[in-house]
Amino acid sequence: MAAEIGQYSLILAFLIALVETAACLVGAGRRDRALMALGRAAAFLQLAFVGTAFLALAFCYLNNDFSVALVAEHSNTTQPAIYRFAATWGSHEGSMLLWVLILSLYSAALAFFGTRLRETLQARVLGVQSFVASAFLGFSLFTSNPFIRLDPPPIDGAELNPLLQDPGLVFHPPVLYLGYVGFSMAFAFAIAALIEGRVDAGWARWIRPWVLGSWIFLTIGIAAGSWWAYYTLGWGGWWFWDPVENVSLMPWLMGTALLHSSLVLERRGALVSWTILLAILTFSLSLVGTFLVRSGVISSVHAFAVDPQRGVYILAIIAVATGTALAMFAWRVPQMRSGAMFQAVSREGGITLNNLFLIVLTATVFVGTFYSVFIRGGQGISVGAPYYRLTFIPLAIPLLLLVSFGPMLNWKRSDAGEVIWRLRWAIAAALFLLGIGTLILGVSRAGAVAGIVLGLFLIFGALAMLASRWRIGKDSRTSFAQRVWSTPLPVWGLALAHAGLGITTIGITAVTAFQTNKVIQMLPGQAVDLAGDRVTLDSVATVQGPNYQADRAFFNVESSFGTRELVSERRFYPVSQTQMTKAGIGVGFFGNTYISVGDRANDGSIVVRMWDHPFVDWIWVGAMFMAFGGMISLSDRRVRVGAARKAENLAGAAALS
Amino acid sequence: MNRALALIPVGLFVALIVTFYFALGRDPTKIPSVLINKPLPAFSLPGVEAGTPGLRSSDVRGQPMLLNVFGSWCISCVQEHPMLMELAHEGVVIDGIDWRDEAIDGAKWLNQNGNPYARVGNDRTGRTGIDLGVTGAPETFVVDAKGRVRYKQIGPIDADTWNNTIAPLLRKLRSES
Amino acid sequence: MRRIVLTVYALLAFAAPAFAVLPSEQLSDPKLEARARHISQELRCVVCQNQTIDDSDAPLAHDLRVILRERLLAGDSDDQAKAYLVKRYGTYVLLKPPFQENTLLLWLGPFFVLGIGGVLVVSYLLGRSRLEAAPQLSTDERARLDDLLKPDAAE
Repeated sequence: MAAEIGQYSLILAFLIALVETAACLVGAGRRDRALMALGRAAAFLQLAFVGTAFLALAFCYLNNDFSVALVAEHSNTTQPAIYRFAATWGSHEGSMLLWVLILSLYSAALAFFGTRLRETLQARVLGVQSFVASAFLGFSLFTSNPFIRLDPPPIDGAELNPLLQDPGLVFHPPVLYLGYVGFSMAFAFAIAALIEGRVDAGWARWIRPWVLGSWIFLTIGIAAGSWWAYYTLGWGGWWFWDPVENVSLMPWLMGTALLHSSLVLERRGALVSWTILLAILTFSLSLVGTFLVRSGVISSVHAFAVDPQRGVYILAIIAVATGTALAMFAWRVPQMRSGAMFQAVSREGGITLNNLFLIVLTATVFVGTFYSVFIRGGQGISVGAPYYRLTFIPLAIPLLLLVSFGPMLNWKRSDAGEVIWRLRWAIAAALFLLGIGTLILGVSRAGAVAGIVLGLFLIFGALAMLASRWRIGKDSRTSFAQRVWSTPLPVWGLALAHAGLGITTIGITAVTAFQTNKVIQMLPGQAVDLAGDRVTLDSVATVQGPNYQADRAFFNVESSFGTRELVSERRFYPVSQTQMTKAGIGVGFFGNTYISVGDRANDGSIVVRMWDHPFVDWIWVGAMFMAFGGMISLSDRRVRVGAARKAENLAGAAALS
Repeated sequence: MNRALALIPVGLFVALIVTFYFALGRDPTKIPSVLINKPLPAFSLPGVEAGTPGLRSSDVRGQPMLLNVFGSWCISCVQEHPMLMELAHEGVVIDGIDWRDEAIDGAKWLNQNGNPYARVGNDRTGRTGIDLGVTGAPETFVVDAKGRVRYKQIGPIDADTWNNTIAPLLRKLRSES
Repeated sequence: MRRIVLTVYALLAFAAPAFAVLPSEQLSDPKLEARARHISQELRCVVCQNQTIDDSDAPLAHDLRVILRERLLAGDSDDQAKAYLVKRYGTYVLLKPPFQENTLLLWLGPFFVLGIGGVLVVSYLLGRSRLEAAPQLSTDERARLDDLLKPDAAE
């Protein structure tokens, strides 16, 4: 019954999305308020029906309805309830439904919160959103129907891959989707602007919160995925340059550029064409990512069971959506020049450079990911981490260096010497630490030291910005406390985000350069040294879990900070006949101890792999700082409340309707 | 931004879409064999049963034939087996390598399922397979009369693969020699 | 059909007792072992999805690790040891793509984009600055301006 409800809801949602597209776009073109109101109402209805379809599928999973083919393929009665629920999006069809649900959520949010937005603009944005939604709802219905039945239904289903039976599955995909599906809003705004042929102050103010919100979710989503891989895969890796990981990184890089570009657009009316292009490209990269995971063009652990036919459909959607957007861009943008002037050395100039580097980094990841697809005989070429180490890292370094200078630059025109002077303490401290570090650790480690100092420089730069704002060391009419208290929220956000980037940089450099690893066969009672800590295998027990059997090993780790117990398991899942290792991780401020056991031998000894990961948690802590900084900025009402309906055109923007 | 520059994104995009379109249907996990048009690397494998002659690389020549890699542990090989039996019955010469398998297990498997092979070698350690660039079972090499590899089939040979790819290739090779 | 074979093999990778590098595989010479680990991290496990042979549990990865160590013991250099495997499995096994004719765009592409992008951005920025340099006023015009700006000038 639930499956039928879901099926019909999906069909209705598809039809409503089509109606919404027509009503919104035609209504805006004709300035027909009734039609536009219909479009807004349709947005809410669409959410209701897609939501119902999604909940129906979840219901089938939770209730072990194995007559639904998807449930039989990805769920099992022995599976804990939370993973039966999360399995709703553990398949291609289910995740597509989640994708469209989030798209509908964003549309409904704009319909609800955007009452102060110019009505025609709002209608056009909703229209584009619902166009994309109808395309993917059609895709779902015609090629990837989640509600297909099995007759006769099996008694029990196949188990969800044990690696996926983890809180990470409950958290990572939805948050990730909230991120990169969220950029559809920026895309829709961009197309609306191209349809109208103009960009006004209202547009610039309205696009920012949607971009910022999506960016925050995507940052958290990627960080969560990385952390999940770290603790669940059993060998301490946190980034593999896997095609699917890359395809979430690219919208993040572009989205960061978009974020900064829209800031300039709002403040100074400059970078109109940049912002629109970035908005189009960011979501297009999300679409390409969606295409990649489901089409079999590239092999990846993340890829869903593949069907080239589905790939053609998604490719067609991308061709139409992005192709139209870029064609309109080529047509309209030359007429949408903004007249805003600025010197090369200025905050606008800095952000333009920032855009350049982020685009180059995105292009690097893109080339690496898709190279084997592009060239003939490309199946003989494989691109892995060593490639990115030699291209992405060197190209990221100049960008990271410039980040601290950006906020110190004035709008419109700035003096390079003055900026350097403002950062003098940060620069001096960084150079000093670079010198000391190289002296202590040796020239061979200079690269690693430089990386860490770079991260520290980012943190110092953020502090320097705050200090300069608070006029530390200068006379002022207001008291220090007053100055700190009156700091606008976006400034706090900026400081946190840039410092977070620095923290992540330190984490990445430290764990890559200084990690140590030991692989040995250990008997209970045996002890071994690892990076100055003493690791003793206390005992090994055989245990029974809800759907697995395991060898559970207990370790004692003695360090200069004290002792702790770590537990690692080697599990065997009888239903799917698979094995996996659950690592024991000792989290610390300066790094983690990571222990992973293998099989037991006949003599009672067990294979033990242990790592020391210096500062690895800083990677994700930094990401959380970035996300938190974004949230603080977003919480400022001035960022969220858009300009009133009758906003004036930005200076110089040509008005064409 | 002037018109010329603004056209670049569209242009690149169209090229991208076309490339992706042609990439669909290609299986990225199928690594092309490095042995194509090269002679088989030298190997000498014992037989699966005591007293049987085994398989040497020098045996795999003289006429176009198939070299099939299988194992008693391999589930897909069981699926492919009837096909091989039928081909052998029709006169196609097939040599076999029992890969990563104890000779005893290989022998038992052949006794149970039938033996389509003219000669069988046991590669217990799997090294010969690695020398051939084998990544799994079943895999089949099409070898010409001079002992050169002309094609590598990854996965079981089904009717379609036989009719569309391997049979025509064997015919072509026979007309060459 | 073909997918089944690879799925089977991938599943075997999980079910088989072999592992990512085992203590029993390791060489006694720490320098050689360190080289072996380092090279292993640059070699792709060809039956896994995106893992190195150092990390992978697949039986084939185990074999390749052992072979790699044999080659190092036999005195091969890093490049020779890698070449041994490339001879059998092709360049696909290298996670660092070789710098050759068909990878020129791959290796040079990013820097090429930086170069072109850099040129475009710099000319864009300079263009904006040039507009900023307003035409200088002549003395006459300056005098007229001063007149107009006098406090008793009409609003």
